[in-house]
Amino acid sequence: MIALLLRDLRLAVRAGGGFGLGLAFFLIVVVLVPFGVGPDQALLSRVAPGILWVAALLAALLSLDRIFALDFEDGSLTLLATSPLPLEGVAWMKALAHWITTGLPLTVAAPPLGFLLSLAPEAYLYVFVSLLIGTPALSVIGTFGAALTVGLRRGGLLLSLLVLPLYIPTLIFGAEAVRRGADGLDPFAALLLLGGITAGTFVLLPIATAAVLRINLR
Amino acid sequence: MSMWEYANPKRFMDWTKPVLPWSFGLAGACLSVGLIWGFFFTGDDFRQGSTVKIIYLHVPAAMMAINAWIMMLVASLIWFVRRHHVSALAARAAAPIGITMTLIALVTGALWGKPMWGSYWEFDPRLTSFLILFLFYLGYIALWEAIEDPDTAADLTAILSIVGSVFAVLSRYAVRFWGQGLHQDTSVPVATGGRTVDDTYFYPLLFCFAGFILLFIALVLMRTRTEVRLRRIRALEARARRA
Repeated sequence: MIALLLRDLRLAVRAGGGFGLGLAFFLIVVVLVPFGVGPDQALLSRVAPGILWVAALLAALLSLDRIFALDFEDGSLTLLATSPLPLEGVAWMKALAHWITTGLPLTVAAPPLGFLLSLAPEAYLYVFVSLLIGTPALSVIGTFGAALTVGLRRGGLLLSLLVLPLYIPTLIFGAEAVRRGADGLDPFAALLLLGGITAGTFVLLPIATAAVLRINLR
Repeated sequence: MSMWEYANPKRFMDWTKPVLPWSFGLAGACLSVGLIWGFFFTGDDFRQGSTVKIIYLHVPAAMMAINAWIMMLVASLIWFVRRHHVSALAARAAAPIGITMTLIALVTGALWGKPMWGSYWEFDPRLTSFLILFLFYLGYIALWEAIEDPDTAADLTAILSIVGSVFAVLSRYAVRFWGQGLHQDTSVPVATGGRTVDDTYFYPLLFCFAGFILLFIALVLMRTRTEVRLRRIRALEARARRA
């Protein structure tokens, strides 16, 4: 399992593009928002938690179709399926690799980008913490979506249609935690629920992902 | 003989053929009684005026929007466990009907909301959950359309409907996090057996409920029959190509 994780990480870094692309996309979305809604500081700081979360969500979405597509095309997914490692474990590791290459950089990059949106000073910590807790759920849900569309030639659009509704609870709790933090309210209920979603999806969804992979490899 | 015998496509076609006109006829009758009684023979509400009558379309459509998803979930589970093709086809057939019901509920709700709340749309928890349900239907239908192999498509959509159900419930409670919304409580609380609607409006509403349920059954049966026929045509074409 560790070997698989390291392999995926190495591929992600060496293949180029995928690793930095999500971050660049995140930056661009955040920069575009002030152009769209105008440079009003008060307005920007009100919408900043939501914008950061939505942008992180879209950036995570961008790299989802790579999770299985390349392995499916060159046949290594079939090899992984016949290996002694259960497919659930493969799905788990794929999600973890995706999080390390996408979710973690986004989490680190989000607080500095908060300056661009004049985020309330109290909220920086909660942006970081909520993304740290929430982005693993995005990766594991996305892995499920990627597995669903792996056999399709043009699965990209369908993938976003399938995955984005599943992101809604994570987005609600994540953005709400930051908003409450910014308003000086107690954000822990939202953070705990966010953690619950992450924990639950990490335990349950790889089972569904593995089932989907088995069907697609049949 | 067990109930699963009826899942045989041949038997299914046999028994649904005579049932279909009856269910359509009953649905039409119930709906005409409910709607005509409701629209023309009940008075206006003293605060809502005549807009109260949107209830006859809005509430049953909203109920069926949720029940259609539950029916799809059950049909998907049956397909998973017993691999009855008719079951998978019924789930596929129900999805467009469900999305239509969701749309009816959203549109009638918006039309009612403008005079009553002063806006067509509010991000109220109940309204938002329905919008999310709409998105789930959209994804489900799109996945069915995207995959060519029918068995793979049935398997994958079945998993999607199971995972989707969990997330739909999760979203429903997640939006509650925003606090109490604008939308009033349920009109027909089944769990408590209580009543929040006056009898004058309740009895026509009952007919509309029955009408919508029957209409849903009739439409699902009809669309499933179409799907079965489509499968037969494909099989015949495949055989003709081989010959």
